Amino acid sequence: MDMNVKKKLGLKEKYALMTRSLGWETSYEPMDAVFPQTRYEGIRIHDWDKWEDPFRLTMDAYWKYQAEKERKLYAIVDAYAQNNGHLGVTDARYINALKIFLSAVPSLEYNAHRGFARLGRELPGVGPQIACQMQAIDEIRHAQTQIHSLSNYNRFYNGFHDWKHMNDRLWYLSVPKSFFEDACTCGPFEFIIAIGFSFEYVLTNLVFVPFISGAAYNGDMGAMTFGFSAQSDEARHMTLGLEVIKFMLEQDPANLPIIQAWIDKWVWRGVRLLSIVAMLMDYMLPKRIMSWKEAWEVYFEENGMALFKDLARYGIKVPDCVELIKKEKDHLSHQAWNAFYTAGKMTNFHTWLPTEEEMDWLSSKYPDTFDRLYRPRFEHYREMEKQGKRFYNTTLPMLCQVCQIPMLFTEADDPTQISYRQVTHQGDKYHFCSDHCQHIFEREPDKYVEAWLPAHQIWQGNCFAEGADPGAPDFDPLKSVLDYWHLVYGRDNLDFEGSEDQKNFAAWRAQATRN
Amino acid sequence: MSKVFIALQANEDSRCIVDAIVADNPEATVNLQPAMVKIDMPGRLVIRRTSIEERLGRDFDLQEVQVHLISLSGHVDETEDELTLSWDR
Ligand SMILES: [Fe+2]
Ligand SMILES: [Fe+2]
Repeated sequence: MDMNVKKKLGLKEKYALMTRSLGWETSYEPMDAVFPQTRYEGIRIHDWDKWEDPFRLTMDAYWKYQAEKERKLYAIVDAYAQNNGHLGVTDARYINALKIFLSAVPSLEYNAHRGFARLGRELPGVGPQIACQMQAIDEIRHAQTQIHSLSNYNRFYNGFHDWKHMNDRLWYLSVPKSFFEDACTCGPFEFIIAIGFSFEYVLTNLVFVPFISGAAYNGDMGAMTFGFSAQSDEARHMTLGLEVIKFMLEQDPANLPIIQAWIDKWVWRGVRLLSIVAMLMDYMLPKRIMSWKEAWEVYFEENGMALFKDLARYGIKVPDCVELIKKEKDHLSHQAWNAFYTAGKMTNFHTWLPTEEEMDWLSSKYPDTFDRLYRPRFEHYREMEKQGKRFYNTTLPMLCQVCQIPMLFTEADDPTQISYRQVTHQGDKYHFCSDHCQHIFEREPDKYVEAWLPAHQIWQGNCFAEGADPGAPDFDPLKSVLDYWHLVYGRDNLDFEGSEDQKNFAAWRAQATRN
Repeated sequence: MSKVFIALQANEDSRCIVDAIVADNPEATVNLQPAMVKIDMPGRLVIRRTSIEERLGRDFDLQEVQVHLISLSGHVDETEDELTLSWDR
């Protein structure tokens, strides 16, 4: 990189001039009327000038470095596409991980953009305004670069064709969608604790570091480049998240219980959301660097706990859910893959059973649970496949009212029992996957009764193809729901084995190596 | 003492950055993973501009680290000369 480094102002001086002195006290309107959103959550801020931005990044430097990141990223994306890089991935099964990624993540990024753009307007301090504006621009860049990188796959493989449409409708995609919509409908302080602190600081490493390094390991330069490019902004976002929480806690002791409740809620919401990443790492990467459990131990137990130890000085406690999470880490990825394998008629990607060798790897990484609980199940499915009776679930799952994940998790101390909680609120029954989701509901029932649960909506007849007649004698509900999702039965769903993707990849790879 | 870490994309510039970090933080452990390098350090990690400049053979603005950065942990403090990550305050 050719960067001219001229010694001008010192970093602190430059930051003071180019950020802090951009703000002013309004005089035509009182400040309270200009920033009306900051009072109703109960957070007390006395002095916005106490805000520190440790990177001291000013807008001129921001544009310079972001432009450099984009140049690098698009050089790699172009080279990868020109060189038919998709044929260099380890195994075409891997591409299914990207279908999940594209249909789930860019929409999250876009909502993060919306949330931070709003905070850039609503928070009164000029320090956080600038930091939130930068983050808003970063987040829309993440959405765009992911879409650009993955559009290359859409030219060759099924299931990528209508990710935005699916994001708004497909059953499992309501999990990430509702997570971010929950955050976006919070007040500004809860949003920044939810996304800036709980999600960015405590959890995004798990999405973008080991999984993206895994993508590189499997030959996917496209995902590697957008993943690491996004994560380079994430390091700044994490630092912002940590500054936010320190700032809020130092401003007034009355802020502590409010913030603690938000951390308890959002760490749990985030952990539930990551169940799918656990499955991507353990079941969908043909070559693996580390298991989900190992990644969890490095990035959550070691790194996240160092953070909570540091925040203890303010009275912040480790969220209660951490006890349960510790127990679930041995089960999560297996239970999630089991759920998707058996729901393989209703997915925008292909599913498969792990090979013998992959099962051996899983049992070496999960010695306490895999052979005892999950291997026998996969062997049973394999037996059924051999007899031509590939097992598919034919009913719709019961969903948790809060995280919207099907009831697939087991009790912490009994892996043979599905964890299931139920609450009656104003005469209606609501169901939850865990104590923690139940408690989140009980704190704000009026919010969560509004949830758009795909399984319920299908039962109510709201998710059939346009003009379909559910009363017609030849009505096929599954086919009609797939139409509504813009999925084609037999092309986009079902087993990887025998799929068009599998055949095309094999044929194209053969063409790449001989005449 | 809790560990801090910094993870960088594996490329030509970051090779010099990693060498500089290791020279200035002898207790650091370097972890090579596909396409990335993760450096762990108990308590406190310091990145010095001059150490990077010596190895790159050109002027370097510490904010350029942002281009190669993947992730980090700890409290950040950045000046023209040093970028510090630490849990002790
Ligand atoms: Fe992002
Ligand atoms: Fe739940």
